[in-house]
Amino acid sequence: MQVPRNWRLQKQRYSLIGEVCEHCGVKLFPPRDVCPECSHGAQTLYQFTGIGNIHSFSQVFDPPNGHIENTPFIVALIKLEEGPMITAQLTDIDIEQVEIGMEVEMVTRKMSDDGVEGMIVYGYKFRPPVVD
Amino acid sequence: MHTMTINNRETDLQVMKPDMPVGIVGYGAYIPRYRLPAEDVAKLWVGSSNRLPVSEKSVAGIDEDVVTMSIEAARNVLVRADVNPIDIGAVWVGSESHPYAVKPTSTVVAEAIGAVPNTQAADWQFACKAGTEAIQAAIGFVGSGMTKYALAIGMDTAQGRPGDALEYTAGAGGAAFLLGTSEESVATIGGSHSFVTDTPDFWRRQNARYPQHGKRFTGEPAYFRHIAECAEQLMNGLGTKPSDYTYAVFHQPNSKFPKQVAKILGFKTEQITTGLLASDVGNVYAGSALLGLTAVLDAAQPGDRILLVSFGSGAGSDAFDLSVNNRLSSCQNLAPTTKDYIERRTVIDYATYARYRGKLALK
Repeated sequence: MQVPRNWRLQKQRYSLIGEVCEHCGVKLFPPRDVCPECSHGAQTLYQFTGIGNIHSFSQVFDPPNGHIENTPFIVALIKLEEGPMITAQLTDIDIEQVEIGMEVEMVTRKMSDDGVEGMIVYGYKFRPPVVD
Repeated sequence: MHTMTINNRETDLQVMKPDMPVGIVGYGAYIPRYRLPAEDVAKLWVGSSNRLPVSEKSVAGIDEDVVTMSIEAARNVLVRADVNPIDIGAVWVGSESHPYAVKPTSTVVAEAIGAVPNTQAADWQFACKAGTEAIQAAIGFVGSGMTKYALAIGMDTAQGRPGDALEYTAGAGGAAFLLGTSEESVATIGGSHSFVTDTPDFWRRQNARYPQHGKRFTGEPAYFRHIAECAEQLMNGLGTKPSDYTYAVFHQPNSKFPKQVAKILGFKTEQITTGLLASDVGNVYAGSALLGLTAVLDAAQPGDRILLVSFGSGAGSDAFDLSVNNRLSSCQNLAPTTKDYIERRTVIDYATYARYRGKLALK
């Protein structure tokens, strides 16, 4: 478990904080040093709304280390309403309920842990809104 | 040896009130999606489903704990309160299921909602009243002018030993409250009182996985005495009587106890029905009375008066008098209501419950 690495990524993982390019206005997630659209630097932090739509999805049966307890889980490509496409797990939903195009919202959940004595890593997942 | 003075004081009690009037500026509930029917537990251990304490209990998903659940409740608070999280001067989480023995829940919550770094953060512990004592401290923090806002949360993923009486009810959920000045609040705190004694009705030692309890001892000398005395002393101090309250919410370890204590105190069924959720979610421990309060705030109207009394084993009660303000009506539907969470419901069987709650050893 890489404690410093997880710590560095906290803001984006807990709260979906990315960046907005002050030069061309594009919203970026994850945050980058250089805008991929206009190549300008010095981005400003931007809090995404956490609302998006499912672009595509799949189910993982053969997981990486640290995710065995959670298997099988659903991974989706999610198009955020501000533009970026991100990969994230779905939660609070069964595979037969998932549909391409459906609206989802961001929640902060447990991603993995380093055994019962190790660190717990929290991060974003997506689920259907509690209220339609 | 220091000689202590035996406390025989009975009549000169003073209700706790801050220098400046304080109220709830925003509130938010959280209940996980999963439900385990009590019948399913009974089928496994006793083979009969007579006299079950609740109909079902809420169960946290495999990727949920007190940190993630507190974050969601806190985000619901912020939507209703409409305040900048950097103005929150304290983030306090009361629970008996903090994910770490050492490493605060509250710092993760504060980081996730954007209240860091210039804020106070702490975890509270006192069985099922850990959340209400955080509210009392928040009232003091705000009412003395030390901070503009303080966030107090009561949240639990309660533990029950397989086959124990607690397994029917030990649920998951809770609520968060932002305390601020009365002028901008949805409900003003009229006063608070606490009543505690060393009563060993329920405990869990440092490294024990499941709690132990005093069985029937948890009733009369623990739950009923502390709630009834605390409520009566608050009402005496404020000069109020049960009929002055539109709603009353009591800690709800099952659906029977709160009805009985309401009767003892002289409250009618219609005063406690809105905030009595035990049959739908079980006992959500530090979140129990507080979740009941969110259900009441979802339904209340300006001018309504609410009595809230928690109970924590060990043992003690915190009682609060609240009066609803005009601003409540405009923010009730800004975030999911407690009913929305209760109705978002997926029934699971005992095997799935055992997996989600880590009762299956994979290594």
